Amino acid sequence: MIETVLIYGLVNSVTLILTAIGFSLTFGLSGIANFSHGGLYILSGYSAWMMMHYIGLPFALAAVLTVIQVGILGGLIYRAVIMPVRGIVLSEVVATFAVGVAILEFFRWRGFVTYDFNLPLFIKGSIGIAGVFIDYQRLFIIGIGLMLAVILWFFTHHTRIGLALRGMAQDEYTALSLGIESDWAATLSMALGAALAAVAAIIILPLGIISINMGYDVLLLALAVTILGGLESTNGLIVGCFILGYARVITGTYLGPEWMEVIYLAAIVLVLVVKPSGLCGKSKELEERV
Amino acid sequence: MKKGYRKERLDRGIKARTDDIFAICSPREIAYIALPRFIVIGALLMFPLLAVLTGIYWQNVLIITCTIALLALSWDLLASAGLVSLGQALFFGAGAYVTGFLSHHYGWPPILSVPAATVTGALLCTMLLYPVLRLRGIYFGLITFAMPLLMMRIVEATKILGGTEGLSGLAPLPGMKVELYVIITVTLVCVFGFRRLIDTDYGLVLRAIRDNDRAVMAGGINIQWYKTQAVFIAALPATFAGAFLTHHYQFVGMPAFALEYSILPLTSVIIGGTGSFAGAMLGAFILVPLSEVLRAFGTLRVVIYCLILLVFAIGLPEGIFHYIQRKYYQFERLVPVEEIKK
Repeated sequence: MIETVLIYGLVNSVTLILTAIGFSLTFGLSGIANFSHGGLYILSGYSAWMMMHYIGLPFALAAVLTVIQVGILGGLIYRAVIMPVRGIVLSEVVATFAVGVAILEFFRWRGFVTYDFNLPLFIKGSIGIAGVFIDYQRLFIIGIGLMLAVILWFFTHHTRIGLALRGMAQDEYTALSLGIESDWAATLSMALGAALAAVAAIIILPLGIISINMGYDVLLLALAVTILGGLESTNGLIVGCFILGYARVITGTYLGPEWMEVIYLAAIVLVLVVKPSGLCGKSKELEERV
Repeated sequence: MKKGYRKERLDRGIKARTDDIFAICSPREIAYIALPRFIVIGALLMFPLLAVLTGIYWQNVLIITCTIALLALSWDLLASAGLVSLGQALFFGAGAYVTGFLSHHYGWPPILSVPAATVTGALLCTMLLYPVLRLRGIYFGLITFAMPLLMMRIVEATKILGGTEGLSGLAPLPGMKVELYVIITVTLVCVFGFRRLIDTDYGLVLRAIRDNDRAVMAGGINIQWYKTQAVFIAALPATFAGAFLTHHYQFVGMPAFALEYSILPLTSVIIGGTGSFAGAMLGAFILVPLSEVLRAFGTLRVVIYCLILLVFAIGLPEGIFHYIQRKYYQFERLVPVEEIKK
């Protein structure tokens, strides 16, 4: 029992990290709450599926193409939709949410709702670890998720572009005076966030079928995790993911699966009552938020 | 535009005169102020009498429109206090479930359960939102977005209040005409009441919290307490809408927390324009009938009104109402640009 909880808790936590990291990154780098995250996630799934079934590409190629294409789409969304209303937070949220819902409902209208829509596993089969059977796909999730987290940390802390983006997030005017262009940075952050949503979709979706409602769930999960961890902090995101991931599995195992979703509300409300800036939010962020 | 000219906007003479007590000077000036309001009130009050022309279908649409308008008004009041809500469905669902509970378990008639649910639901929501009121801007929005969806999950998980099945067979409201007049009256009272409220000193405090909460705190005002009151007042019309529609359908279930009740009011306000309440109502009266007309398109209709929303959010951020208002109050003319002498 305890091994199951430990291993599946880890799987669950890393899945959450993967799901939320795109949203969190965009928000952390440019302050855009990208409410089309769920839409882009599902779009990636269908896009890979369509490339495989309509054009006949192999899965690996379709996956890479999807990530690139959705990344570009993210950048385009910034240029076409967010840039005209940049700075008006409500309009940003409404505009991106409209894009996300439009994508999801378009697929629903086209009839993409049957059980035929699923992506293949990377490698079939499962392996026993400490008496718990776990399939290879879930191991991939853990591996790729942790790898992405490390790569992103390296990217934002030790490369010129990453530092430029973080500079923009910390103080826009100073960054501007150092020759970092605001719109360019935001476009890049949206593109990155969208590409990460696509990566998450490609890795996680093979575990089940692609369903439209999952798009809304993904957005909700991303929100829950980022709020819990503190909106701008990557460490907070990871801590938040582990707390929620393990809490989900523990409640799911001992209380029954229907309680798994309730745990979010409890966690969010508790954290906000005790520490409104989130678990790893800093004092500067506190000042902005409270 | 012609080269060397620029546009200039000036208040119409009649606007300048009617801004003050001189309005009582002439019938024309009285009409200038009163007519737009009376046309709206008159048209709404006349609607139920024209049952022969409109038919039962459009009367139903009017009820839903008023419901969405109430939710939009509630949104606008919250936004006036700087609280951007993305989850109006929370209020709607709270009202709906409280009235459903009272009606189903205790057999209360709608005349008791709707007012009780309005107040109790608003209190519950205020208590639920109290811990997150310290957040502002987008952070508050993110939480409110998640809340109704999570409430839905809680109802599903705990199986309280009928769980996934919901509570059905609730007491009906007495007749279509009564229903229409009740909801129309409440909507009108809310619009004009909120417009009045936001102009008082109390409303000034709320708007000041939105514009600069530090300054309000420095003025020795407890903003947390004011925000709490704003949430309670804003929740009232929304919980009423929930309670009312529950008795209209004689059913309450998880759809009461559906995303639709968060998105439609928000879209209405974006289309109509924020801050004036009349804009929120105008938006609802454009959007809901439009979405009924688009019903033939199936789920594509959601895509269509997402696109409409995008066009408005980007192309006309001030909203239709402010645009019309500007045309009503001001005129434009071309004036030559003065040369800068070297």
